[in-house]
Amino acid sequence: MTEQNSLTEQLEQVKNRVNKVLELAKELGADGAEVAMSRTQGLSVGTRLGEVENVEFTNDGALGITVYQGGRKGSASTADLSENALKQTVQAAVNIAKYTSVDDCSGLADKELLAMNPQDLDLHHPKVLSTEQAIELAKACENEALSFDKRITNSDGATLDSFEGFKVYGNSHGQLVGYPSSRHSLSCVAIASDGDEMQRDYAYSVNRDFDLLDNGEDIGRQAAKEVLSRLNAQKLPTGKVPVMFRADVANSIFGHFIAAISGGNLYRKSSFLMDALGSQVFPKFLTIEERPHLKKALASSAFDSEGVITQDRNIITAGVLDTYLLTSYSARKLGLTTTGHAGGIHNWLVSSNGGDFDAMLKKLGTGLLVTELMGQGVNVLTGDYSRGAAGFWVENGEIAYPVAEITIAGTLQNIFKGLVAIGSDVDLRGSIRTGSLIIEEMQVAGN
Amino acid sequence: MTSVIDQSVEQELIGDSGLDRDFLNKTLNSIYQNKVDLADLYFQSSQHESWMLEDGIVKEGSYNIERGVGVRVISGEKTGFSYSDDISALSLTKAADAAKGIADSGQSARVQIFTPQKGISAYQAIEPLSSLSQEQKITLMHEVEAHARATDKRVQQVIVSLSGVYEKILVAASDGTYATDIRPLVRLNCSVLVEENGKRERGGSGGGARTDYSYFFELVSGKARYLSYAEEAVRQALVNLVAIASPAGVLPVVLGPGWPGVLLHEAVGHGLEGDFNRKGSSAFSGKIGQKVASEHCTIVDDGTMANRRGSLNIDDEGTPGQYNVLIEKGILKGYMQDKHNAALMGVKPTGNGRRESYAHLPMPRMTNTYMLAGEHDPQDIIKSVKKGIYAPNFSGGQVDITSGKFVFTSSEAYLIENGEITSPIKGATLIGSGPEAMKNVSMVGNDLKLDAGVGVCGKDGQSVPVGVGQPTLKIDEMTIGGTQ
Repeated sequence: MTEQNSLTEQLEQVKNRVNKVLELAKELGADGAEVAMSRTQGLSVGTRLGEVENVEFTNDGALGITVYQGGRKGSASTADLSENALKQTVQAAVNIAKYTSVDDCSGLADKELLAMNPQDLDLHHPKVLSTEQAIELAKACENEALSFDKRITNSDGATLDSFEGFKVYGNSHGQLVGYPSSRHSLSCVAIASDGDEMQRDYAYSVNRDFDLLDNGEDIGRQAAKEVLSRLNAQKLPTGKVPVMFRADVANSIFGHFIAAISGGNLYRKSSFLMDALGSQVFPKFLTIEERPHLKKALASSAFDSEGVITQDRNIITAGVLDTYLLTSYSARKLGLTTTGHAGGIHNWLVSSNGGDFDAMLKKLGTGLLVTELMGQGVNVLTGDYSRGAAGFWVENGEIAYPVAEITIAGTLQNIFKGLVAIGSDVDLRGSIRTGSLIIEEMQVAGN
Repeated sequence: MTSVIDQSVEQELIGDSGLDRDFLNKTLNSIYQNKVDLADLYFQSSQHESWMLEDGIVKEGSYNIERGVGVRVISGEKTGFSYSDDISALSLTKAADAAKGIADSGQSARVQIFTPQKGISAYQAIEPLSSLSQEQKITLMHEVEAHARATDKRVQQVIVSLSGVYEKILVAASDGTYATDIRPLVRLNCSVLVEENGKRERGGSGGGARTDYSYFFELVSGKARYLSYAEEAVRQALVNLVAIASPAGVLPVVLGPGWPGVLLHEAVGHGLEGDFNRKGSSAFSGKIGQKVASEHCTIVDDGTMANRRGSLNIDDEGTPGQYNVLIEKGILKGYMQDKHNAALMGVKPTGNGRRESYAHLPMPRMTNTYMLAGEHDPQDIIKSVKKGIYAPNFSGGQVDITSGKFVFTSSEAYLIENGEITSPIKGATLIGSGPEAMKNVSMVGNDLKLDAGVGVCGKDGQSVPVGVGQPTLKIDEMTIGGTQ
């Protein structure tokens, strides 16, 4: 409890400091300013082959300021939070604003859109954890992986992270808000070998609330099962096949969608979804809802990084694009209003029509199940998609054998339109909550 | 004796906070006992500026300051680590207390007397940020944009970014290491959008070095670098405007010189980092002295190259930058090491101990990694291919060091048909297994080139600047991730 108090006290002190920095910016001639300050503290412990490998004490703080002066903008940041450094930082931002250009679209978010009294989203669940306890948890997790099968011959260890911190944001519209949060995770990387072949894979759990993390032994066992299932992988013959993305990689498809409807890419004419608002982008069965205020959720926030209030909204309704993802700047460039997406999206809930994982495999029938993607061969301007992949060949709804060293390619336009089903096997560990996806057909390159 | 230490760095990083060598020595003594193999203190300050011009106006400018100290304690395979953004006697003592918790208590021992060490002189101790006035930086960016637009009328949009870093470090360790370094780094980039008949494509180009901004005005083949970046960005975008679908399947691949060396970075570089090999988790583990590539391949990691982005006068543990042969005529010669992994493997550190900042632990990392030139005329290499692809530019790559599988994605590529370069093809991901791909290198050109100074390498969440390079080379078989 004492740690929690000290963090809450720190948060109040930082609010005062942010206010002072804003005043200083005004004194130095800024006609608008915004300041963000964050602090993270915690512990990261790694074990490998049953021994402690790393004990790291995290303690990060940073302050960033942006000033506006006659339509010009300047930014500066510092990790040194001494009074002197803060002064220098504000001065640096003001100096830079002398050299940038007048930009009618720049400036603070409009005052009426700001979250002046943001709601509490229950994101702060610090855990008082001794180094010894953390070590024991990581050891138990890794030990389960190591003892699972004799083909688990090595390990890249288990890692337990437990962090808490806060964010404070203030601006010259009189907004001064902040909230504490926590994040805990436990992960394990197992290595298996069979003859000359060696493979690695991992499993993890992450939560705002330490007590809601998956059991460490389960994570270790999961890592072992994942890596064992990859042994003796084959290539596939080159050809066009139906493809299923397992839930933990399916979110990447929506990640590319996010890039394509982000204001920055739209006003730069750098997206294949320019002018797609109100049009059919996905099949009719698909709906994506954004829910920024889910209690304890990893991607919850009451306001975005410009202080704009976040709200529930549909991104996709029956396959039709309902909104772009805008910041104040990109909205002004496009003649629209910000959607509160400065800094990224908030929890997305993707609808499901396909049943659980096994039902999805049955739906896939015969085709490729992708469980890993490699590389960044995705062009959001043209929609061209080409990535390395690994996973399993599926025959008649059953996993037949592991595959590796193949690529899958197509266009995002066809991937979105060719979406056949989404499973109910939702992965809750990220900002995009989706089940597995089945795409009608993609080009596989292998042998 | 003290002349090898930069007094201004010592003053700024410790003197200004009321610390001195004696205090650092005492701090190390407080954590050093017989169960501890190495303890070190890493002081760092950096100033970083960046500017961005878009649509003819300077939209963004930012200035960032970082400053802090990291304390590391190693005992066997264990590492304790703590850091602070406040350099003071109190915070240093607190960080040292936290970091030493990992070592079982043993009898106290004495640390070595500091021996000030001189690094190599791969780059000069200069402050790059003020090498141009703010007005000159703005003018430079405007000129890049104007030149890009003048190069071709299909250019619709230009984004120019300019950045500079001025970093100072001081390392003090229980093994007597005491060293400083000043590391300048500048970078200029131009990205364009071209449009023709409703079709749009992007192209980008840039470069940088460990020097000051005057680098961009130097003439290369009679042309100032900043102008050549603009032309190259436009050229790449226009090539992609007419690119046809890339083939899918297994084909011979000819990689152009320079930046395609990202192949070596992914296919072999990461797999030869000491930490993975000490742990036995790399596809190259236990293979020193064995043939891991074709006899045409000699691959080095070279931190000593003049002014290169990946070069290091000293690494982040104070070890001088070195020229290390990794693979010689196909035979694996050695791994890249930091002090920790080198000690555990019974070899010497190789000057590859790097960290993103004081708030990150050092690891074995690459510097400038490249393949030495072979004997073939690049034209003859292309002529030797009946049907395949020629790829002179890439956007990046990734590797699974355990299975050896790696990918890299082309950003400019062409079909080779009957020994001739023909149609441009769309960007595609190439996938292979590192050891197999290197055994399939059948021809190596005489045109070794390093990249333009744009590489960033990510490992365990830490980013560091690196260089890559290679001559034109042919891989007999690779899987091309096209759509046809």
